Order: sequence, then C-alpha cells, then structure tokens
Amino acid sequence: MRRSVAILVGRYIGVSFALVFFLFPIYWLVMISFKTPEEIFAYPPVWWPQSLQFGNYWVLFKDGDAWAVWNSLVVATTSTVAAMSLGTMAAYSMARFRTGGDRFAMWIISNRMVPPIAIVFPIFLLYVQLGWVDTFHGLVVLYTAFALPYVIWMMRGYIEDVPLELEEAALVDGASRFQVFTKIVLPVARGGLLATAVFTFVFTWNDFLFALVLTRSHVTTFTVQVTHYFGAQSNFWAKIAAMSTLGTVPVFIAVALLQRFLVRGITMGAVKS
Amino acid sequence: MIRDRLAGTAPREAAPASAPRPPWRERWFRYLMVVPAVTVILFVGLFPLVYTLLVSFQRIDLVEEDTRFHGLVNYARLLADERFREALGHTFLIMGIALPVELILGLLLALLLLERLPGKPIFIALLVLPVVISPIVAGSAWRLLFDNRFGPVNQILSWMVGEPLTILWTVHPRYVYPAILVAEIWQWTPFMFLLLLAGLSAVDRALVEAAQLDGAGYVTIVLRVLLPSIRPILAVALLIRALDLFRLFDVVWALTRGGPGTMTETVSIYAYILGFQQFETSYTAALAVVIVLLLSLLVMLALRRVEIAR
Repeated sequence: MRRSVAILVGRYIGVSFALVFFLFPIYWLVMISFKTPEEIFAYPPVWWPQSLQFGNYWVLFKDGDAWAVWNSLVVATTSTVAAMSLGTMAAYSMARFRTGGDRFAMWIISNRMVPPIAIVFPIFLLYVQLGWVDTFHGLVVLYTAFALPYVIWMMRGYIEDVPLELEEAALVDGASRFQVFTKIVLPVARGGLLATAVFTFVFTWNDFLFALVLTRSHVTTFTVQVTHYFGAQSNFWAKIAAMSTLGTVPVFIAVALLQRFLVRGITMGAVKS
Repeated sequence: MIRDRLAGTAPREAAPASAPRPPWRERWFRYLMVVPAVTVILFVGLFPLVYTLLVSFQRIDLVEEDTRFHGLVNYARLLADERFREALGHTFLIMGIALPVELILGLLLALLLLERLPGKPIFIALLVLPVVISPIVAGSAWRLLFDNRFGPVNQILSWMVGEPLTILWTVHPRYVYPAILVAEIWQWTPFMFLLLLAGLSAVDRALVEAAQLDGAGYVTIVLRVLLPSIRPILAVALLIRALDLFRLFDVVWALTRGGPGTMTETVSIYAYILGFQQFETSYTAALAVVIVLLLSLLVMLALRRVEIAR
C-alpha cells in the first residue's frame, strides 16, 4: 500500500516537471503580450505582470498589423474548403471503387513527403511568370494542392469506416451514386470530416515557408508578420508576443475540441487510437 | 450485385452477360470524382519536379539567363560545394540528437501516464499543446526565452549557478546548437509521447499480467513486453519525425537564420538562401532535385512502415 502511494506521488512529480517544461514557454509568450514595456524589459525578468494590459493588442489593430491574422484566416479557410471538397470526392471514389489501386494511393501520399522548399522554389518561378506572387489565389492554389494528399488519405480511411449496408439500401431505393455520397456517406462520416478539415486548417494556418516565399506585403500571413518584428538591431517583443498569441489561441481551441481525433489526425491515420 | 458494384472489388468480367450495364454516368462516376483532385495535385506533384529538373540543366542566375542545355554542370558544382556538405551535416547532426532524445523523453512520459491517474485526460491535453503551435511561433517564443538579458532561461541558470549569466544563446557558436535542439525537442517530444501512449494503451493487458506472474520486474516488462508490442508505431513515429527533421527550416530560421555565419544552416535554409537571396536559380534547382532524390529513399522506407502499421 505504501509502495503504491509512493509510485503515485512519483508519477505526479514527474508529470508536474513535464507540465512546467512544456507549458512555461507558452505561458511566457502569452504573458509578454500582456506586459507593459517596462515589465518586458525589466532585469531580472518579471515572472507575472502586475495587471493584464491589452495595449499590445490595441497597437496591432491600430497599426494595421492585425490584417495579417485576417489574411491567414481567409487563405487557410478557402484552402481548407477547396481541399476538403475535391479531396473527399476523390477519397470516396478510392475507398469504394479502389480507383487507381494501391499504387495510385501511394503516389498521392508520396506528394506529401516532398520537402516544401523543393516545391515552393519552382512554384515561385511559375508564379513570377503568371503574376501570382503576393496574391490570395496564388497562395490558396498552392495550399489546396499541398493539403489534398492529406485530405484524401485521411478521408479514405474515414469513408472506409462507413458501413456499406447504408449505401446499399440507398442505392436500392433509387438514389444516384452522387446522392449516396452527399446524403449518406458525408453525414455518417461527419466526425472524421470535421477532424480532417480542422487539421487541414491548422497545418495551413501554421505554415511559414510557402507564405514567406510567395507573399510580399499584400497577403502577408501572421507567421510571416511575426518574423518581421525581429530586427537586426532590436526586436519588437510586445508585437511578437501579441501576434503569436493571436495566431495560436484559435489553434488551441480547435484542437481542444478534437482530442478524440488528435492521434489519428497528426499521424495521417497511421495510428488509430 | 449491388454490393459488388458498390465495393468495386469484383472484376468487371465476372458480371453475368445478362446484367444491365450501368449507365454512362455511373461508369464514369469514379473517375470524375478523382479528376479534379488529381489535376490540382499534379500542380505541386509533377509540374515542380519536371520544371526543376529542366532548369537544373540550364544556367540561370542573377547575372545571366542561359537556357541552353548544359548537362550536369550544376550537379558537379554541388558535389564540390563545401557549404552544401556542411548543411547536410548540420541537418543530420540535429536529427541525430533530437530524434533519440524525443523518443526517450516521449517514451518516459507515455509510461508515466499509461496507467490510470486522476487528471490524466487534462494532463495529456495540456502536454500536447506545443505540437499544434506553428513552428515559426515556437521558434520565436524560444528566441525571446533565450534572450541574453530579458529572457528567463539565463535567469533560471543564474539562480542555479549562483552568479549572473548572460549567455548569447542564439549568437554564440558554442550555444546555438543547444538552443536549437531545446526548441526542437520541446515542440516535438509531445508528438512522440502522444503516439507512443496510443500504442502502449493498445497493448493487451494479459501480456503484461502474464509477465508479472512470471516475476518480471517493471524494466523487464517495458523492454521485453511493451516495446516489442509497439514496434510498428515506433517505426511510424521515428520515420515521420525523421522526414520532418530532414526538411527542418522554421525553428532554425526563427532562432538563428542559419547563423552565426553558416554554422546552423540546414539543407532547407541553404536552398532558401541560394534561391531567394542569391538568386542562383539553376543551382538551387539542382539542389532541390538532389534533396528530393535523397528523401525518396527515406520515403520508400516510411511508406512501407506506414502500411505495416495500418
């Protein structure tokens, strides 16, 4: 009995250390965004601010920097909707008809493995020709294409989980194949659909390299905006922290709602828990 | 019949000759559903590779635009490029340290939270947060944490050693790699943890109980029962992380931009600097081709593992 209590205490101590290590950087970042300049540049550092100041966020909106968050939102949302629509259709065909077979599925997923720098370099050259650099549609097309393998791969798995009998019954009742897809399969697979959409959104939202290469000033996303605050001489600490927090909180909320799908979502279905 | 058509598994020839052929739309449905997605994927899957390959045989840079065929001249230059070899070295150095550390820490955490523990779901939800933060934001956060004057890292270390420290983490050659590794390990250990926990939770309890009855100690159970049972997941986790580390860009960019000098340049950062700061278009194209070829090897392995785990 005493032994098991000791083990329990030991486990709590271990977990506490882990929690401090993994959460402190997030705490620190968020806290900086609520500090006054005097508190940010205090030595020794101020561990918790005297009061929560929203001035740093106000400055982001006043200076127009907050547009970057809006840009991220527009680009990530549009790309997610496009990738989900096209990808789910393809996934249905592949799950139910084995369209293209395993080789096709492998080809789809192998596109996900190419290093982004090798993709974005030729895309940039192409966009220069097309005049698509620093445009919304340029960014959206690339993000959609990059997200599609993930969507197809995930949705194929979720659609395979839908019982065949349901579709069978609808077909007998005279529904067309596309009706079966939209009226039966999609509603039944809505959990996986939502999870895949949210993860697609998060991956797009979090991207930095594509946006760094393909934007200038017009459609700067929040990730690129954050790096603008690091200067050669000095860093804009308050803006870094406030912009980072603005860009992180939505992701935390989304993921908190999707705990159940988390493992399957971030491992591309390789691990189902 | 309907089930056969529905599942699409039965060979078409097997259908009796008397069966009505499905209408035109029905037969083409499966392809129409795939075509839009494939068209868009080709845009990043095929076009860039072909185009990059083409450009890599030419000589285009900031000063000249020579689109004649020059053979392997850029590849030959790459072979002799000291900076490229160093970038590969940096990438594999970070991978070689971060990967095992993330694995071991992730495993320890997973073992810690494997058995029932009040508050477990909340702990898991909190521990996982670093994974979903944008890597560039994570890198930026660590740059502030590592700040020599106003960052808490130096402050905490000062308390430990009992004298004020002002280490220039992101600038000093001796400390840049530790700084990068800490940020990288901080962000991705929870990823390992989450996967390993999912794997360990699925291990049959009866196996563990049988080992306990045989008098096996905790360490023996972990090494001889638990770890062998989750080998497929271990492989998946390691390969996903290895692929990610091979393309490492964001965290290093936020912390050091490849500096001091070229000391922390990864392959991706070197390619970025070549292509977008020095405008060595054809040379960068050759580098991109080599990156893809190098990675293809890793990918082949990865896919096989993923299939096993499915």
